[in-house]
Amino acid sequence: MTIEKLNQIKEKFAPIVEQRLHENIHPCKDGKRIISLCAGTGCQSSKSLVIKDKFIEVLKDRKALDKVTIVTTGCHGLCALGPIMQVYPEGIFYTGVKPEDVERIVDEHILGGNPVKDLVYSETIKGDKFVSVEDTNFFKKQKRIALQNCGIIDPEKIDEYIGTGGYQALYKVLTSMDPDSVIKEVLDSGLRGRGGAGFPTGKKWALARPNKADQKYVACNADEGDPGAFMDRSILEGDPHCILEAMAIAGYSIDATKGFIYVRAEYPIAVDRLNIAIAQAREYGLLGKNIFGTGFDFDIELRLGAGAFVCGEETALMASIEGKRGEPHARPPFPALKGLFDKPTVLNNVETYANIPKIINNGAKWFKSMGTPTSPGTKVFALGGKVHNVGLVEVPMGITLREVIEDIGGGIPGGKKFKAAQTGGPSGGCISAENLDVKIDYDNLTKIGSMMGSGGLIVMDETDCMVDIAKFYMTFIAEESCGKCTPCRIGTKRMLETLERITEGKGEEKDLVELEELAGYIKDNALCGLGQTAPNPILSTMKNFRKEYIEHIKEKKCSAGVCKKLLQYKIDADKCKGCTLCARNCPVNCITGTLKMPHVIDQSKCIKCGTCFTNCKFGAITKG
Amino acid sequence: MSKSSIAFSGTKDQEKQLKSFISAHKSDPGPLIMIMQEAQKIYGYLPEEVQRIISKELNIPMEKVYEVATFYAQFNLVPRGKYHISVCLGTACYVKGSGKILEAIEQQLKIKNGECTADRKFSLDSCRCLGACGLAPVMKVNEEVYGKLTPDMVPKILAEFK
Ligand SMILES: Cc1cc2nc3c(=O)[nH]c(=O)nc-3n(C[C@H](O)[C@H](O)[C@H](O)COP(=O)(O)O)c2cc1C
Ligand code: SF4
Ligand code: SF4
Ligand code: SF4
Ligand code: FES
Ligand code: FES
Repeated sequence: MTIEKLNQIKEKFAPIVEQRLHENIHPCKDGKRIISLCAGTGCQSSKSLVIKDKFIEVLKDRKALDKVTIVTTGCHGLCALGPIMQVYPEGIFYTGVKPEDVERIVDEHILGGNPVKDLVYSETIKGDKFVSVEDTNFFKKQKRIALQNCGIIDPEKIDEYIGTGGYQALYKVLTSMDPDSVIKEVLDSGLRGRGGAGFPTGKKWALARPNKADQKYVACNADEGDPGAFMDRSILEGDPHCILEAMAIAGYSIDATKGFIYVRAEYPIAVDRLNIAIAQAREYGLLGKNIFGTGFDFDIELRLGAGAFVCGEETALMASIEGKRGEPHARPPFPALKGLFDKPTVLNNVETYANIPKIINNGAKWFKSMGTPTSPGTKVFALGGKVHNVGLVEVPMGITLREVIEDIGGGIPGGKKFKAAQTGGPSGGCISAENLDVKIDYDNLTKIGSMMGSGGLIVMDETDCMVDIAKFYMTFIAEESCGKCTPCRIGTKRMLETLERITEGKGEEKDLVELEELAGYIKDNALCGLGQTAPNPILSTMKNFRKEYIEHIKEKKCSAGVCKKLLQYKIDADKCKGCTLCARNCPVNCITGTLKMPHVIDQSKCIKCGTCFTNCKFGAITKG
Repeated sequence: MSKSSIAFSGTKDQEKQLKSFISAHKSDPGPLIMIMQEAQKIYGYLPEEVQRIISKELNIPMEKVYEVATFYAQFNLVPRGKYHISVCLGTACYVKGSGKILEAIEQQLKIKNGECTADRKFSLDSCRCLGACGLAPVMKVNEEVYGKLTPDMVPKILAEFK
């Protein structure tokens, strides 16, 4: 590859990609309409590829296949509304498209020029006009840098990535910057690791640079262990080349010639796209020997995770790449000195890498102009749980949780009350309503007893029990503890047992004191980050939602109605009409009564499935 | 080692396939997990017999293979049903009620999480996040993902596989 060739491709493909960047009214240059279908994990699950085939079939039938270009992209973040489809030049945003809708879209819109209003994302309809999806509540406050190309380019076409300016940053560093100035640029940008801990990326590279060895490595953490988070998945699926480019840049700055991407096997689409991207980059000479004729060699291999949360921890991840059990080891030595195969290694998270080419292209100053002084730039969150708009959002650091949940997320469905926001996954904490106006950045989230983590953001409402949530995370941690050190292996089990007792109505007041003591002990003595942060979900819920623990322990009650052992379903004899519906549907046949007479539940047999409660048309069944 | 009650029925063809993969990747850095993943793809699970082939071909002790096989959730030492159901119990799905989905399946198939039906048609387990959190709660039947589930959808979905 030469810069002339790279620029040629760029010039050819930039206009093609740009048609999909701005929802403008200019007709596409070739006069064709573009149908852009999302083929991310979410939309493929809601059958976007079936829709694609159907479009081809219908267009063929109408002899109009040559009037459109069909592209498939990565995730837009609105997977909940999928399958997502856009039609250009108008930039009409369709959601929830079904195979039976395809004929109408082709006839009325593609051929007829009139968008099918009832299938268009309702937020983009203002009176008789369609507004750009970028002006909807979900997108308006977002700032897309890491996700810049996701949903726009076809991730399986390297030319489209090049059309967005792809691989220009690599060319720039290889031909006009020495490794130290690359590191300085990254350092000056203030970029901090997006994998959770927030360590300054430039500093990490600077630590690895001076260490001499016959082989050094660059690794990418794509294990995305936080259950309920899918930021990294979307980047890998939607824009895989930006990760390859960034890793090559990292390789150049620390003098490494080999990279590994450790990606979880649960992401088959991401794995496919990475494989395709690596093959294409090699073919173009953007990976391999003598890149851009500069004498710099760099290549990347994929390794698939095998389903162990602890393998997200850096030393465990490296053990796993080496083909061993993914057990962490004590640091020092740090990976910068002795990492993969005992050689100096830099490991960064996917989203961290996704920022690198943009920093190189636009400069550290540009990056620093976004976010807060200690946490510049943006952060991608996987907004989930009890919010209207669940999905992936990229926001500038410094935005408040309230803005993310209420403005972007559209608030809580069903008129329910907000209870907590969980960030940081199993290592993080639950934030209560009083902290909703805190500005999101690394330091502030730690201050309020949670942490940034990798970007999971789960909203909970009044029907979620915080003791149960603490138990949920503890179950996860106890299962995922690798067992190497006792405080974590035994300690997390003990904590889980105590929580189980509390949720079963067997808790005592001294349990809370013991939980706190045990938590402190595990934090101080566990070997790796998994154990050291494991007590956080318990500590934060005990601090912010202590009333709920006390209620479970003293009153043997779960107001949220989640802890089954503390629940009773009862039939109010005055309201019961004796319709027999509940008795017929009870899975364990524990409701008795005759027609038109009040029914009774046998509490000793009831498994608290709630079926009767949901089904009774007369509101005769109470839960409490 | 817990042995499965099902007799091993690997074919010569499968063995050949595995051996050729091993010889192609033997000298890659740290190839064990990659080879075990491929072996599981070929055989569907990793019985002792397959682990032995790997140990022999890589010239490493059997304990090393077994140690890795038992560490990672991905490796199955016993075979699965023809249709393997995996219910997501990641946070996003849990908060949206995936626990109830799991219960509904357990009731319908009369097996518990981690078990297989007597006719080997269905096996059931839970997983942590498929990355389809936007569609929570979700489950997977073999490679097919089902999203936005409610307990009453379970019988209909299972009926597709009857
Ligand atoms: C138990 C545990 C799990 C982790 N899981 C992940 C993960 O899934 N993805 C990730 O990028 N980092 C994870 N980390 C953080 C990594 O150890 C490491 O700090 C990070 O990948 C470094 O990249 P960064 O500096 O770009 O954030 C985890 C850490 C611990 C202790
Ligand atoms: S803290 Fe837990 S996960 Fe980490 S090494 Fe110890 S036992 Fe393993
Ligand atoms: S469904 Fe309601 S009204 Fe009918 S028998 Fe049951 S409790 Fe009574
Ligand atoms: S909660 Fe379920 S088991 Fe209990 S009485 Fe109602 S239907 Fe029967
Ligand atoms: S996968 Fe299509 S919007 Fe996320
Ligand atoms: S939590 Fe279930 S798919 Fe992510």
